Amino acid sequence: MTNSIAELEDADCIFVIGSNTTSSHPLVATRIFRAKEKGARLVVADPRQIQLALKADLYVRQNLGTDVALLNGIMNVILTRNWHAQSFIDERTEGFDEFRKVIAGYPPERVAELTGVAASDIIQIAEWYAKAKAASIVYCMGITQHTTGVDNVKSLANLAMLTGQIGRESTGVNPLRGQNNVQGACDMGGLPNVYPAYQAVTIPDIQKKFQNAWAATTLSDKVGLTIPGMLSGLAQGSVRALYVVGENPMVSDPDVSHVKKALQKAELLVVQDIFLTPTAELAHVVLPGTSFAEKDGTFSNTERRVQRVRKAIEPLGNARPDWEIIMEVSTRFGYPMHYGSPAEIMEEIARVTPSYGGITFDRLDGPGLCWPCPDKEHPGTKFLHKGRFSRGKGLFHAIDYKPPAEIVDAEYPFWLTTGRVHVHYHTGTMTRNSPSLHAEMPEGHLEIHPEDAHRLTVRQGDRVRVISRRGEITAKVSLTTRVDRGVVFMPFHFVECCANILTNPAHDPIAKIPEYKVCAVQIEKAA
Amino acid sequence: MDYRTVLTTCAYCGCGCSLYLEVLDGRVIHTFPCKTGPVNEGKLCVKGWNIHEFIHSPKRLTRPLLRQNGTLVEVSWDEALDFTARRLREIKEAHGSDSLAFLSSAKITNEENYLIQKFARAAVGTNNVDHCARL
Ligand code: SF4
Repeated sequence: MTNSIAELEDADCIFVIGSNTTSSHPLVATRIFRAKEKGARLVVADPRQIQLALKADLYVRQNLGTDVALLNGIMNVILTRNWHAQSFIDERTEGFDEFRKVIAGYPPERVAELTGVAASDIIQIAEWYAKAKAASIVYCMGITQHTTGVDNVKSLANLAMLTGQIGRESTGVNPLRGQNNVQGACDMGGLPNVYPAYQAVTIPDIQKKFQNAWAATTLSDKVGLTIPGMLSGLAQGSVRALYVVGENPMVSDPDVSHVKKALQKAELLVVQDIFLTPTAELAHVVLPGTSFAEKDGTFSNTERRVQRVRKAIEPLGNARPDWEIIMEVSTRFGYPMHYGSPAEIMEEIARVTPSYGGITFDRLDGPGLCWPCPDKEHPGTKFLHKGRFSRGKGLFHAIDYKPPAEIVDAEYPFWLTTGRVHVHYHTGTMTRNSPSLHAEMPEGHLEIHPEDAHRLTVRQGDRVRVISRRGEITAKVSLTTRVDRGVVFMPFHFVECCANILTNPAHDPIAKIPEYKVCAVQIEKAA
Repeated sequence: MDYRTVLTTCAYCGCGCSLYLEVLDGRVIHTFPCKTGPVNEGKLCVKGWNIHEFIHSPKRLTRPLLRQNGTLVEVSWDEALDFTARRLREIKEAHGSDSLAFLSSAKITNEENYLIQKFARAAVGTNNVDHCARL
């Protein structure tokens, strides 16, 4: 997030797009409700009529995968009515003219046809957002899990820059991270192209710095593989070994049947986890790690706040904290690692990670610290881009709308979209082992519009076969107008009713995020 | 009887709510919210309120497992760690650093994420490191 969670409650306008906030980030939703009580306007754009939509001042249901068109339409209105922030654009951005030309091609009438959102609603969103004293954008996987995910994100940045709704209190572009420590995993360099703090592996000076800090003989200057690349590498034999810590690609990744074939080809599959997940079942060796209750450390939340995790109990049985396991493997591999505690690891992180430079365990006893926190006196940073963007000038991107990779047709006539439900988390390895949460929703289901259900002659609770070009599953139906006619929704947490057998692995060319949010399926009543 | 409360951070979503785990004789028995938590100010959602439940699940893995004749059997830590390190080294020597790949995780701590990418980059010599941020 560019801004902090608490700031949301003082925004005058909050534009939520592609985030089912009450389900996936309940305590962010709380701030949105507080903002509304204080008089803020709430605009929600989502293909599903999520709970937040019921509280919105304006709810619009865009067709799946048409976010760029919708955002360009909003920006078209802002430009034609002169609601943009010209002085902000002049002082702090570049690329505006090119961008303006593309936006000219998206008058609200055309956008209404592409997105299914009425032109008058597009104009209303533009007015509220642009004219607000402080407007915040909140988004989540509904924006990123598309073949055009990066385009979607850049379009939101365009909107914020166009109106100067960034770099101030209660404004900004605020992605909600899906899992608890995604932010931290990225910050720590769990990505194929960067070391910690997003320092590129391809820059010789940076490589040198890490080579010295790590006393490494050589570091590779070649950008590594992303998950889809690792899986196809396994399938083709160029990747032979995969070491997985706390992930479960057998449920989480698109086209699961393909994932399984790839994992089975591994000469060595190491899985370090706290449960015997479907991925661990395929492993050659399984190393039992510990839950957050059994170790010390830190997590970084979606607002970049680094907070303490504290050991409450001893590891269960012979399980060991994950940091110790990695240390042991590394030492036996021939690269000795000796840290006495996670606090010591953080000292090393602070030395090589400029944005974490001032973070030590001692300083985290209170409410934590939001990075950038470059030195020991720095109080942390509540919101980013104050007075200046990290890259200098903010860059407008001229982006045209592209349809999703898979489109419905006669054979696969329904749009399928996937997401989370309030009681479960990710692949369910933790929540489904929690009796109270499991009892709330013991199995997966398919949301379908009552009229579609009627045509298929299925009733609430009946089973249907759901078929895509990748595979098929059966699921119970749940009749609801939350989804539109022709659109169905499935949560992805359930291995025995696995939405990701159906989803399309087609991914964004830059971010490599698969298009979980859109694919085409056929639905039949199950015998 | 040993009763303690331990302040920590919820492990379920990116909000990062502050909560107390109630520990009785080495078992986490309940959860309650922290009033001064900067994000949650004394509130939790249904997942947070129940986060203690999965910790002691009987399905938790408590011993290392090694595949022998097609099935996973319990082994000692030494055996599992030696096997892992040896096979990683053999594959690196036979097929090069980039034939190995690593998935770190949004579920483990910053310190653990740091170590796994350091191991991949400094020890193995590959940038094949990724995690499920996209999911
Ligand atoms: S209590 Fe709920 S909202 Fe807070 S971090 Fe945990 S899962 Fe997220």
